[in-house]
Parts: sequence; C-alpha cells; structure tokens
Amino acid sequence: MRVELTVNGEPQVADDVWEGESLLYVLRERLGLPGAKNACEQGECGSCTVYLDGTVVCACLVAAGQAEGAEVVTVEGLADGDALDPVQRAFLDAGAVQCGFCTPGLVVAVHDLLARTPDPAEADVREALAGNLCRCTGYEHILAAVRLAAERGGEGRS
Amino acid sequence: MRPFTFVRAIDADQAVAGYAREPEWAMYLGGGTNLVDLMRLGVAEPGLLIDVTRLPYDRVEEAPGGGLRIGAAVRNSDLAADPAVRRDYPVLAAALLAGASGQLRNQATVGGNLLQRTRCGYFQDVTKPCNKRRSGSGCPAVEGDHRNLAILGHSEHCVATHPSDMAVALTALGATVHVRGRAGERIVPMPGLHRLPGDEPDRDTVLDPGDLITAVELPPLELAARSRYRKVRERASFAFALVSVAAALDAEDGAVRDCRIALGGVAHVPWRAEAAEEELRGGPATDDAFRAAADAELAAARPLRDNGYKVPLARELIVRTLAELRDGTGADASGGTP
Ligand SMILES: Cc1cc2nc3c(=O)[nH]c(=O)nc-3n(C[C@H](O)[C@H](O)[C@H](O)COP(=O)(O)OP(=O)(O)OC[C@H]3O[C@@H](n4cnc5c(N)ncnc54)[C@H](O)[C@@H]3O)c2cc1C
Ligand code: SF4
Ligand code: FES
Ligand code: FES
Repeated sequence: MRVELTVNGEPQVADDVWEGESLLYVLRERLGLPGAKNACEQGECGSCTVYLDGTVVCACLVAAGQAEGAEVVTVEGLADGDALDPVQRAFLDAGAVQCGFCTPGLVVAVHDLLARTPDPAEADVREALAGNLCRCTGYEHILAAVRLAAERGGEGRS
Repeated sequence: MRPFTFVRAIDADQAVAGYAREPEWAMYLGGGTNLVDLMRLGVAEPGLLIDVTRLPYDRVEEAPGGGLRIGAAVRNSDLAADPAVRRDYPVLAAALLAGASGQLRNQATVGGNLLQRTRCGYFQDVTKPCNKRRSGSGCPAVEGDHRNLAILGHSEHCVATHPSDMAVALTALGATVHVRGRAGERIVPMPGLHRLPGDEPDRDTVLDPGDLITAVELPPLELAARSRYRKVRERASFAFALVSVAAALDAEDGAVRDCRIALGGVAHVPWRAEAAEEELRGGPATDDAFRAAADAELAAARPLRDNGYKVPLARELIVRTLAELRDGTGADASGGTP
C-alpha cells in the first residue's frame, strides 16, 4: 500500500509499504530517518518516541496505515538547521548522553513535556519520562538536562 | 506476521459491515498498543484490520440523563485530562494515569483499553500451550508461573487476570458500554462486560464477534466525587497492577451511607466487591469495619500456590483506600501509587 504523510513539515510518500509495517519502520527504512530508535518494539522503552498529530506516541506500535495523512515530527525535525533545539543542547551540556540509544526518544518526550509544562516539578518530569528507559545514566543527568532546558526558558523552543 | 488487509472505517455501519464480510479474520483496530504487539508476537492473526479510530466517537459529553458519555475512540490521555472526569469521577482519571506511559496513553483508546488481552506470559508466548489462545491446549499457569495471576473467580482452565486499570474504575462506577452489532445497538452493564473463564477462557467478554464498542456511559453518581484509585505494582511506575482498588465513599457522622469498591489484578474480570459494599452500607466508618468488609469479600479467594500474598495485599489496600477517603488524606486524585 501507499502511505502519504507529512514528516518534519515535508510531504512524504512511501510506496510498497507492507500492511504489517509500523510507523517506526516506515520512518527508518523507507524514509531514511533513523533518529527514532528500534529497541523493544513493545511500547516499553520509548526509544521510538515521535510526535503523531501533535502528541507523542511509540512509533513501534503505530500500524503504518494509521499514519496515513498524519503529521509526524521526529527528533530530526527539532533542530533548526545546524542550531540544536534547546532540549538537545541541554542534554549535551548536562552530560545526559552516554551510549545515546535512548536519547532521541527522550529528547522528543522532554520537548513535549516542556511545551505543555514549561516549568515542571520533578514528579511531573519523572511521570512524563516513565515510558523512556535508559540503561546507562541512572536518570540523574537526564533530570538535570530537563531542569537546564526548563531554566533556559522557552526562547527558541519550537 | 500474517499478511492482512488494512482499511480505515469512517462510520460505524461501514465498520460493522466490513467485519461481517470477513467474520473469521476481521479485527477492529483502536490505538494498536495491544493489538499491534499481539500481531507481532503471532498471538493475533487478523486477515482484515479495520481501523476504528476515525469514527465520530472522539468526544466526552454530558449524557442525556446526566452523567457522562465517553466516545470509544477517545484517547486515554484526553479522558484522564477531561475537566468533568477529574471533578466528578476522579477515580477514573487516577486509574487512567496509573496505567502504561504517557506515549501509550496518547495512543490508546477507551474501546481498546476495555478489550485489551491478558498479560499472562503463556498467553503471549505462542510456543506454549494456553487455553485462552488455543482452546483445549491446557493451562500451564495453574502449575507454573502464576505469581501475578488470579485469586478470585478462576477455573482450572484459566487463572489469568484482566490487565486494565481503567476498567476497574468503570466497574466501581457502574458504567455501561454501548455496543453496535449486526442486530443493532445494545447496552452492556459493568460489571457484566467481562466474564469469568469457566470452561471457555478464550472468551474474555460477553461481546459477539463483530460487536463494535461505540461509547461508555457513566451514570450520575454523587459519591463518585469522593473516589480514589490505588495500585500496587513491582516498580514505582509503568507496570501492571499486582492488586488495585477503585473506591468511592460517602460517610457522614462516622457512618457509611454508601460506597463503591472494585478490585483489579485479582480476577479474569475487573472485580466488583459487592459483598464488601453490602457489609459496609449503614455501618460504622471505622478501620475495623473496613477490614471486616474486606474479609467478607476475600472469603471467596482461592489463591494459587505462589500468589497467596495478594489476599492480605488486597485487604490492606481496601482498608487504606477507604480510610483515606474517610479522612480526606493521602495523594490527590492524580496519584496512583501508594
Ligand atoms: C508497555 C505497556 C504497558 C502497559 N501498562 C498498562 C497498565 O499499567 N495498565 C493498563 O491498564 N494498561 C496498560 N497497558 C495496556 C494499554 O492500556 C492498552 O494496550 C490500551 O489501552 C489498548 O488500547 P488501544 O486503543 O491501543 O487498543 P488496540 O490495541 O487497538 O485494541 C485492543 C483490542 O480491542 C479491540 N478494539 C479496539 N477498539 C474497539 C472498539 N471500538 N470496539 C470493539 N473492539 C475494539 C481490538 O480489536 C483489540 O482486540 C500497557 C501497554 C503496554 C504496551
Ligand atoms: S492462565 Fe489463561 S491465559 Fe494464562 S496460560 Fe492459562 S489459559 Fe492461558
Ligand atoms: S521500540 Fe517502541 S517503545 Fe521500545
Ligand atoms: S544513554 Fe545509553 S540507554 Fe540511555
């Protein structure tokens, strides 16, 4: 089947998509966007987090056909040209990246959190990131990155 | 995964008619957070997938007779954030927020949440026998790993639990489920949607193949404004319930005027604790009375070899939840973790 969708603001067409493919597969393998990661494929790790029509979802559990006509934003769509999104910048500055596998999903989840709640309490942050697993950092640096991004405020955040 | 055809229905008639043409192989698709997973595991093998998320059932609105009508395609996160739900039925908002993760709640629909399948490990592993997946193949959980499984209402054929947090709250509230089938519309009460396993554990609910859930209705229920959901799980967040309690309490001058209690994680159905409610109504609102009521309910428990811990856990959770409602203490409506 053919799937037409908008990804990071650009209209995209994926042809010969097999019905059993996920949105994650379409993004990575058909549209060449490897930012969203493929780890558990069961909704448990959040490394495949993307925006789908304005809310964050696990792309691994979205059937390709359900993305027809949808607006998708992946981690690749957050930076403005070479200028990193403030959330990405904060992850680097806070040392919240080790192996980096969880990072793209976390960055999208944090981007969504701060768009809804610019100054979240720690409990809000933990709750919002409960669906994103990180095996390396023990989360302290990630929480610091969220605080840093929040402190730097909304300017430049899309 | 088996090859299948994908169609997107735009109205209920089209969805139901589409199903009727392929009754052996058709399945409805909500957010996909359970079904897509089961298809990948080989547990579900639809030949026709009918996407029902674009049906015009995406609103939460006041019901004709008071109460709230919730469209089946409403996303779990939208329902949890709805102002009327938070004000009048806080137990429902809390139960939703106690389940899954933000990403999954953004995807999951009300209809799909109600009909999600059990998390019994044997059910999800197609290399193992399982009566629910393959009728008559046996139930390895009875002698095997059943630490997280049922203590109430199970049969020798299946000891699985229903995994939904939302359904426990709906059961306490006495919600009704609106269904569109080939013979037209009908209304199924909760409790009453899900069924005990008996000797047909492959059937989770009383629905017939092709029945489409269109809405869930909450009755007007004053005492629900004072209601709460408590969930015990192995991790602080993002895990299914070992035991959960949804409760509403109307107590005045130390006496219980009315109450609603339902339990999760203990049975093949979200378990309405009618014996406990009966015991409580008109009696004193004391911890001792709460404990006696919990014991009245749990007298019917038949724990398995390795899940006896759930009986005292359920008892203490009932007592604690009722005491918090009486005293107005504990976390607010959004807090799900004890
Ligand atoms: C990692 C993970 C953790 C989770 N943790 C929890 C938890 O802690 N608590 C909890 O309660 N849940 C939890 N869940 C389960 C989650 O809540 C369900 O997967 C979700 O609610 C299902 O909704 P859906 O719309 O995605 O359903 P789908 O997966 O689309 O469908 C589920 C079933 O419902 C049927 N269906 C869907 N819509 C309709 C309709 N309108 N009429 C008739 N049939 C329909 C489908 O055919 C299918 O059989 C978790 C899931 C995952 C993946
Ligand atoms: S408890 Fe039920 S779902 Fe689990 S293996 Fe037994 S029959 Fe299957
Ligand atoms: S790959 Fe999607 S949640 Fe893990
Ligand atoms: S940095 Fe390695 S998983 Fe998070």
